[in-house]
This record gives sequence, structure tokens and C-alpha cells, in this order.
Amino acid sequence: MAGGFGRRPGGGVSLRLEQVEAQVIENLLGQLSQLFDELPKGDPGLAELGISESTTPPSDPVLARLFPDGYSEDDKASGEFRRYTEASLRDGKEKDAATVLKSLTQAPDIRLDQEQAHSWLRALNDLRLALGTRLEITEDGHDRFAGLDWDDPAYAMYVTYDWLTQLQDSLVHTLFGD
Amino acid sequence: MSTAPAALDRSDADEDVRPDLPWLTIVWNDPINLMSYVTYVFQTVFGYAREKAEKLMMDVHHKGRAVVDSGTREEMERNVEVLHSYGLWATVRRDD
Repeated sequence: MAGGFGRRPGGGVSLRLEQVEAQVIENLLGQLSQLFDELPKGDPGLAELGISESTTPPSDPVLARLFPDGYSEDDKASGEFRRYTEASLRDGKEKDAATVLKSLTQAPDIRLDQEQAHSWLRALNDLRLALGTRLEITEDGHDRFAGLDWDDPAYAMYVTYDWLTQLQDSLVHTLFGD
Repeated sequence: MSTAPAALDRSDADEDVRPDLPWLTIVWNDPINLMSYVTYVFQTVFGYAREKAEKLMMDVHHKGRAVVDSGTREEMERNVEVLHSYGLWATVRRDD
């Protein structure tokens, strides 16, 4: 990674991103958006009010991680919580992705205000959660990826995950003012 | 992570967890979210000082989960909704 995030002198956040890196993020957000289409839509009238027909966790592990239960030991309360929050959670994720996609057109020198930087923070985290869940990342280090062949698709996915991790950490420390 | 600046002598760290209100916001450990990120989210969502946010993050990391706020059921559901928007694994529970 050549650049990463930094503070702009007049306030806000800067991001140096090569075109090819911007393209990777755009592609990943596109894949995530397609995955969101698997969530149940529900009644259009209710959907306008942010109420969906979802009361059970999605079967896809990535969707289940991005749209988790609101209660750990109460399926009924969890179902109600999901019915009233899943649609707005999805809207928020799509708005964050749209903000990121729009700012990517400025690459290689991207300038963000505080609110746009928070959209980046959440969108990068969504991508890390998606890739990390697919890779079945665990707490016990990442040694198993070091042994993979470079042409193994999981290796490419892991390299991308690792890059997004560095990018997100750079943004967090920029926002902390470290 | 760098060390936190000295906390202002403002209030006891646990003062705003109100024991008379019986609902809790729990955050669970997960292997993907960065420690720095979780700390930042606790500061942003709850307005906690960095020192308190880091302590809660370490509790989540070492104990598997931590109570990060208490209050009415509606307040805790709102917390969990916001924490889910940041990708944290959070749930509501009645205090027992």
C-alpha cells in the first residue's frame, strides 16, 4: 500500500489510493451489494416504514454476520428486533457503500469530511467482515494462509483481507489523531 | 496501541452504568474486528473517554463479552442497532 489515510491540514481526512486499489474496493462493494439482494424484501408498504418480513437470521454466513441477532437467548424478541431494524441496517450499509463509491472517483487523491470518513470506516469493516467470514478467520493467528500457494483463490482473498485491515487501521488511527 | 492520555477528573468511570435500570447492552468477542476499531466505536457511540473504551474493549477480548451500557430496553435496542451498523456483534439482555 503506497499511501493510506492521513489528516488534512484544514480538517477532514485524506486518502491516497491507486486506481487499481480503488477498482478492488469498487468490485468488492459490488459483490456485497449483490449479496444484500438475497435478504427478504417483504411487503412494499411496510418496507417504506423500515419494517421487513425477516424474523430469522440469514442462512448465508456473511449475511448472518452483517445482520446479527439482537438477542442471544430469546428467539421471539430477536425476530421482532430483526423485523424492525434489518431494513434500516441494510439502507445504512448501502448509503455508506454509495458514499465510498462516489469518493473513489477522486482517486488517487481522495478528500473526505468527518462524516464521509465514518462511512468509509463502516464500509471497510463490512468488507473485512465479509472476507474474514468467508476465510473462516479465527483468533489463532493467520499461519494457515502463509502456507497457501499464490494461485490459490483463498490466498488472493487473504491478501485482500490483510490489505483492507491495514487500510482500516490507518483510518482508525487517523481519526484518533494518533 | 498507544497509551491513553490521563483521564480528566470528571466522573467515576462506572458512574454512567445505572444499576437500577434492568436492561444491558452486551458486546461479544469476534476474531475479525480490530481492537483499535472496537475502541473507536465505543468512544463514538457512547462518548466514553479513550481509557474506558479501551478497558471495555479488553474485557470483550479477554472475557468473550462485556456489558457496555445499561438502561431501558428501548435505549439498549437503539444501542445494539447502532453497534450493528458498525459491524460489532452486540445483543440486548435483561439484567438478572
